[in-house]
Amino acid sequence: MAGSQSELRANSGAVNSADQTQPLRAIILGIGNLLWADEGFGIRAVESLHARYQFPDNVEVMDGGTQGIYLVQHVQRCDLLVVFDAIDYGLAPGTMKVIQGDDVPKYMGVKKMSLHQTGFQEVLAMAEFTGHYPQHLILIGVQPVELEDFGGSLRPAVQAQVAPAISVALEYLHTFGIHPQLRDQPLPPQEQLAPTELQQHRYEAGRPSEVDACRLGDERFLNDTTDERNN
Amino acid sequence: MNTPMNTKDLDNSGRRIVVDPVTRIEGHMRCEVNVDDNNIIRNAVSTGTMWRGLEVILKGRDPRDAWAFVERICGVCTGTHALTSVRAVEDALGIQIPLNAHLIRHLMDKTLQAHDHIVHFYHLHALDWINPVNALKADPVGTSELQKMVSPHHPKSSPGYFKDVQTRLKKFVETGQLGLFANGYWDNPAYKLPAEADLMAVAHYLEALDMQKEIVKIHTIFGGKNPHPNFMVGGVACAINIDGVGASGAPVNMTSLNFVLQRIKEAQAFTDNVYLPDVLAIAGLYKDWLYGGGLASKNVLAYGTYQKVPYDPTSNLLPGGAIINGNWDEVHEVDVRDPEQIKEFVDHSWYTYEGDKKGLHPWDGETEPKFELGPNTVGSRTNIKEIDEGAKYSWIKAPRWRGHAMEVGPLARYIIAYASGNDYVQDQVDRALGTFNQNTGLALTVKQFLPSTLGRTLARAMECKLCVDTMIDDWHQLVGNIKNGDSSTANVEKWDPASWPKEAIGVGTNEAPRGALGHWIKIKDGKIENYQAIVPTTWNGSPRDGEGNIGAFEAALMNTPMERPDEPVEILRTLHSFDPCLACSTHVMSEDGQELTKVKIR
Repeated sequence: MAGSQSELRANSGAVNSADQTQPLRAIILGIGNLLWADEGFGIRAVESLHARYQFPDNVEVMDGGTQGIYLVQHVQRCDLLVVFDAIDYGLAPGTMKVIQGDDVPKYMGVKKMSLHQTGFQEVLAMAEFTGHYPQHLILIGVQPVELEDFGGSLRPAVQAQVAPAISVALEYLHTFGIHPQLRDQPLPPQEQLAPTELQQHRYEAGRPSEVDACRLGDERFLNDTTDERNN
Repeated sequence: MNTPMNTKDLDNSGRRIVVDPVTRIEGHMRCEVNVDDNNIIRNAVSTGTMWRGLEVILKGRDPRDAWAFVERICGVCTGTHALTSVRAVEDALGIQIPLNAHLIRHLMDKTLQAHDHIVHFYHLHALDWINPVNALKADPVGTSELQKMVSPHHPKSSPGYFKDVQTRLKKFVETGQLGLFANGYWDNPAYKLPAEADLMAVAHYLEALDMQKEIVKIHTIFGGKNPHPNFMVGGVACAINIDGVGASGAPVNMTSLNFVLQRIKEAQAFTDNVYLPDVLAIAGLYKDWLYGGGLASKNVLAYGTYQKVPYDPTSNLLPGGAIINGNWDEVHEVDVRDPEQIKEFVDHSWYTYEGDKKGLHPWDGETEPKFELGPNTVGSRTNIKEIDEGAKYSWIKAPRWRGHAMEVGPLARYIIAYASGNDYVQDQVDRALGTFNQNTGLALTVKQFLPSTLGRTLARAMECKLCVDTMIDDWHQLVGNIKNGDSSTANVEKWDPASWPKEAIGVGTNEAPRGALGHWIKIKDGKIENYQAIVPTTWNGSPRDGEGNIGAFEAALMNTPMERPDEPVEILRTLHSFDPCLACSTHVMSEDGQELTKVKIR
């Protein structure tokens, strides 16, 4: 709910529904776990979007983090939902995939790292079960390069998709009459989606060295990628 | 029946059943059991298939920032890790927080506890007891009568209401996107409820979904936002201006405090009219299924929580302590600083300690992985078909209290509170048991009833009630204190690292939804030198130790009969009753994104 707290002054209230007097309630949601390398894609995408753009009052930018079932109320209460997430579609690592409407499966997420993975598909299914499902839904996903790196950040190929992913979201929002403004002042810290210490640059700069803290995981699943990881 | 607690009590000669992954939990977990000719579990092996270590992300960082990182470890325990982290830092630096901060932290922590318990029961655990597909056969009139009987004060009880829920369910099931209810064993005879009760439970599944979104708004008031509310070393992240006006995000004022009170009252009504009656009704209908006690009947541990008087552990609403060998007449004192009391062992865990060290206290904890499989492993390193529990077999370490394997969690807290003579808890437990005995015609004692899977689920519901009831007291105390002119919410005297000693150690504890949680920190030159956590699932999901003592999950599965060994309803039911959360106890290693549980019999 961080986004709604600020008094946003952008120029337009979006209007594009059957009832022309009511602006669409839109949520732009990033989900994932920023502690697990490319699992943080969704979080970094909304962080970057929010830092650059100011949206009208009917649009909320949200860092959903690792929350699963607990996000259902947000899915229920919006007319339009944009989701950024790491997805597993078996694509080449770093590939962006955009899925809309009914094509968004009620199964998403990459692995069971947190409840949003055992759960975001369940969240959508639950919202549907309760009869409150967003009218418009777009999932902007990126196939991760690396997940098994606790404390790591986005890999270059995934990082490179953040800006294009944001463009896809903005274009989609434009078609609904939602036109954010570029911020002319830097985002004040109290309006950030997450505490400053988690901001991407600070998170990356403060990472303990590999000598100080072993980063390896379970060899069963490291397989022959072990060497790449150590490089 | 004697409770098997050691490998010498186990028999691994029967058929082996592998459940991997265990679904509807946080994180990743694998379970293997052996059943005898009567399909009764005679050996159980619980494996955390993930690797962990908080120091991996925290070493060298600013201790004041640690809460924000640990809040991201896991999707469901967010605030509880953050709170425990700021407590550890405050303990190390000798910071005492103001009374308002103490009360606000309690309100936030109890909100999390109640919220977590409700969501756990309805959205993660209920499907182990109720059968939504069977609910389609229910007569809504019968459900209405049942609802009025089990909870006369609940307003949503008309036949029309239940008819609507059933219609919605039917429509949902017919779309083919079973979604929520896919992956169940809906014709398994382990499901015992009449269709009318199943329909009532489905209705409450939906009501709980509506309820949980309200109570969590309390975090938004005090924590600035939700998901991931803000915490702060030295106090809380919100300011108070009682006569102030303003929208959300502004200092806490009387309007927002009244909003909080309303949310507490709603949660109270839901717990009284829906959650507790449901658990008792389900318990009555499963009266013959009193399995799953395991270690709870013997060894339980709690650090204690909710101090009425800040920094006075004797004023805990839920006392800390340890009970050994089922002797409820003696509750031992627990000291989390004492290196002789809490130690982590790695004999059966995929770690190694430097030199020839045995157990390590968390302040001296090491996380050096060593993955190796025992000679009796079936399969390969990358595809383990059957694990060899005689060797190392889990990424979870084995924590022990004075050498004993312990169960932690709401049930452990309730057993310790009951044995300690806590009036509120004794009254709650005695009344619940009275209702159970009355409904079933049984005459069980507390010691016969409480240490069981059902008892674990009931303890969670009773604790939810304790939380929402006492939140009312916290609220009044907070408002009274503010009205007396105290608006302080943080102690920033030692905010500046220049005021810190060169080296400091501290520990923060809490009773998280899943049980005793501890964060141990070492600070050096203003930075984190070491950071170790023992999370509840490390205790409960612990593998065997060098003495052969088995962990709580393992012990709880013992002697449970299975209706159909290839459908692990009973295994899931007991494991879910712990609300296992492996995201923070271990590190994910799921091979694929598979949602379906694979069950293999060998």
